[in-house]
Amino acid sequence: MARNQHPLLEIRDLRIEGYADEKWFEIVHGVDLTLHRGEVLGLIGESGAGKSTIGLAAMGYTRDGCRISGGTITFDGIELTSTPEEVRRSLRGARIAYVAQSAAASFNPAHRLIDQHTEAPVQHGARSRRESAEDAVALYRRLRLPNPDEIGFRYPHQVSGGQLQRCMTAMAMSCRPDLIIFDEPTTALDVTTQIEVLAAIRDIVEQFGTAAIYITHDLAVVAQMADRIKVLLKGREVEEAETRVMLDAPREEYTRSLWAVRSFARAQNQPPAPSETPVVSVRGVTAAYGATTVLRDVSFDMHQGRTVAVVGESGSGKSTAARVITGLLPPVSGGVMLDGAPLPGDFRRRTREQLRQVQMIYQMADTALNPRQRIGEIIGRPVEFYLGLRGVKRKQRVDELLDQIELDPSKYYERYPAELSGGQKQRIGIARALAAEPKFIICDEVTSALDQLVAEGILKLLDRLQRELGLAYMFITHDLATVRAIADEVVVMKDGQVVEAGPKDQMFEPPHHPYTDLLLSSVPEMDPDWLTRLLQARGVENIGEAASARMDGG
Amino acid sequence: MSPFAIGYFGALIGASSLAAWSGRREALVGAFLLLVVSAFAGIVWGGAALRWITLVVALGAAAVGLAYSFRAFLAAVLPRDAARAIRSAPLTASFGLLTILAYIVTAVFAPAIAPFGESQIVGGAFAPPDDRMLLGGDQLGRDLFSRIVYGARNTVGIAFVTTVLTFLLGGALGLLAATVGGWVDQLLSRLVDVLMAIPQLIFALLLLTIFGTEVVTLILVIAVLDSTRVYRLSRAVAVNIVVMDYIEAAKLRGETLWWLITREILPNATAPLIAEFGLRFCFVFLTIAGLSFLGLGIQPPTADWGSMVRDNAQLISFGEVTPLIPAAAIALLTVAVNFVVDWMLQRSSGLKD
Repeated sequence: MARNQHPLLEIRDLRIEGYADEKWFEIVHGVDLTLHRGEVLGLIGESGAGKSTIGLAAMGYTRDGCRISGGTITFDGIELTSTPEEVRRSLRGARIAYVAQSAAASFNPAHRLIDQHTEAPVQHGARSRRESAEDAVALYRRLRLPNPDEIGFRYPHQVSGGQLQRCMTAMAMSCRPDLIIFDEPTTALDVTTQIEVLAAIRDIVEQFGTAAIYITHDLAVVAQMADRIKVLLKGREVEEAETRVMLDAPREEYTRSLWAVRSFARAQNQPPAPSETPVVSVRGVTAAYGATTVLRDVSFDMHQGRTVAVVGESGSGKSTAARVITGLLPPVSGGVMLDGAPLPGDFRRRTREQLRQVQMIYQMADTALNPRQRIGEIIGRPVEFYLGLRGVKRKQRVDELLDQIELDPSKYYERYPAELSGGQKQRIGIARALAAEPKFIICDEVTSALDQLVAEGILKLLDRLQRELGLAYMFITHDLATVRAIADEVVVMKDGQVVEAGPKDQMFEPPHHPYTDLLLSSVPEMDPDWLTRLLQARGVENIGEAASARMDGG
Repeated sequence: MSPFAIGYFGALIGASSLAAWSGRREALVGAFLLLVVSAFAGIVWGGAALRWITLVVALGAAAVGLAYSFRAFLAAVLPRDAARAIRSAPLTASFGLLTILAYIVTAVFAPAIAPFGESQIVGGAFAPPDDRMLLGGDQLGRDLFSRIVYGARNTVGIAFVTTVLTFLLGGALGLLAATVGGWVDQLLSRLVDVLMAIPQLIFALLLLTIFGTEVVTLILVIAVLDSTRVYRLSRAVAVNIVVMDYIEAAKLRGETLWWLITREILPNATAPLIAEFGLRFCFVFLTIAGLSFLGLGIQPPTADWGSMVRDNAQLISFGEVTPLIPAAAIALLTVAVNFVVDWMLQRSSGLKD
């Protein structure tokens, strides 16, 4: 990589403003960025750090309600902020490409993949439709998509999420751009799928010598992909360094705190006495949506004061297990016991007392809290409903609960959910579950939508509440770092069946079930050589969906 | 050339130059286009056309000025949150609000405003306008102006009651169908499909012929027929809300159906339903006017805008515009309501992102 030559992209003192409440607010406060040809720069930071805004600004583009208010963006000698829109449009797609977070939402569902692929080259006059289609197949092959000759003729919904993300990368490559902006391309994917996409992206960027800006909040991912890393916080640069330097010796306090997040771990609790009755026991549950069976003979127990982590890819049936326990999906056979007594399969037939004992915390705090109710009402309702507290007593109890989740009652009681941050919303979700004073709480991916620092805070809070109140948790997750942090026991699920179950300490020691092994090995580590070593050890054919599919065959 | 024409063109040329000098593009284009059009109209139709143009422009300017000052007035007197919403409202919305307010005042204080009684005969049939009868007499010699004022009360009042009923019926059933789902949803939805399969006006005419043409029957028939549209909307809106996790949480808490609908779902569905209320009000209003025109709506001697157009329609062939005034009253209210509804729709869709 020649560093002495003219940089490909040079951003100086970039300032971007956003419009809210009839006023313009500065959201990016003077960021500098230099990117040379063939170099990969990682942009990391929490949500709201301005990563995506800066990424889009590198194309001379801002979202609606945003404007570039200062600074310069020079792409290969062209000053993007002052150049006419036609020039910028001719660059986008042709010389600067963009890969969005959600491929499923970004492809037009009404057109075949290959038709969308050829659009940009034809539009920009780079290639004819036919040349571009042939090139698409070649790219699909390079990205190791199954059936490269045929996959382009499918519609987006006929292709899996990981494959779609690779198709989008191929599309970004269609004009052989000088720069690609990857905006969290693997955030929405399972770990096993993510690794395949990461390998494909890294491979193709290296082969074509494309420069890239890789935006993510996952440090382990960026460590695999980037040559240099820039850390952002609230629209300002914290620090920038070569990947290895940054990982080994971060200079700033904030960077160190980001690095330390994954170190939160709790020792495994003592196993329960064999005679102890489990709080909730799932016994031989088979459940189906219509004619499709999604759970097959699933059994596991949850004891007081202990956490059972249920892990598996999306579609493995872990959320369905939760729906059976809560009574939203009555099982076909088998059943759920609460304190040794059977629970009716349908929640409508459960008593108020039974409903009170089983509470749930949701993944998306945004949709879990009614946007038209104040915090006081959201938490106050279960207090009133289950415990019959009214007026001053109800207010007192809500204040206690807010104290428990470390939010100041006087500040938050009257607020609406929209006035809270993501982490605060999730805390309200926890308080609502606690308000019922349950014995058992189902946590459905509660941290997966949160930034790592915030997620760590939530895990610590849940851990503290468990110790204080002796709660039993069922922790549904696909993030094994979370499992390591909080679980006592682990249940691994695949295709609606429990493939392995046992105490956490055993689970992280070999020998594993092959599927557990695949899951464990797919979790990115902070070591920049991790992906390279893994690919060497397993071979490109033995990761991700390919490996998972082979396991089904065998 | 008359002094009026000289003053007229002088003013327009001055205005265009001023706009050009101060660099106001829209004002320049508007003023200059008006100048060209006026020159053409003046040559073809003479000075009278210029007076008409002046009148139209003055009316338009008055409407803009009224809307502008009314918006500033509301922003000044309303509480903080509402004032902020008003300040960002377009002028059309403020004009719409003002017009609706004027209609409400007219309807409420009709006896005080109208110089004569609703069905009082004061002059000869089709008496020309004079000092006593502002807009002349109708086909029976009743004061047209008084009848238009009373018509506001009848037509708008009945339309309002009908729309409220429509929403109570359609909204409640739609929310119920979406929340309960299953066979309740199927039954209600198919029933609504059947009702909607028959052309509405013809169905209304049929039902009114069967059940008679009292005001109560009229209200009920239109409310039931129109509630099918509201049902579809409220069901569609609620279906998207019902899948939210907070509804699931409320269900798992063991909340009753009543609580789910009124406390969890309805507050989240109000924005589209309010917008639909305005629109639906217009449709109901037009349906009643249409039915009255056909003779099956509000019955004489009750004053009603729709039947007033029909009763005086023969005057149109003599070049009189008075029969069109009730029609214009209908049109103005419809436009005003739609201005407000557009603003609300924009607000409710803006809240989403």
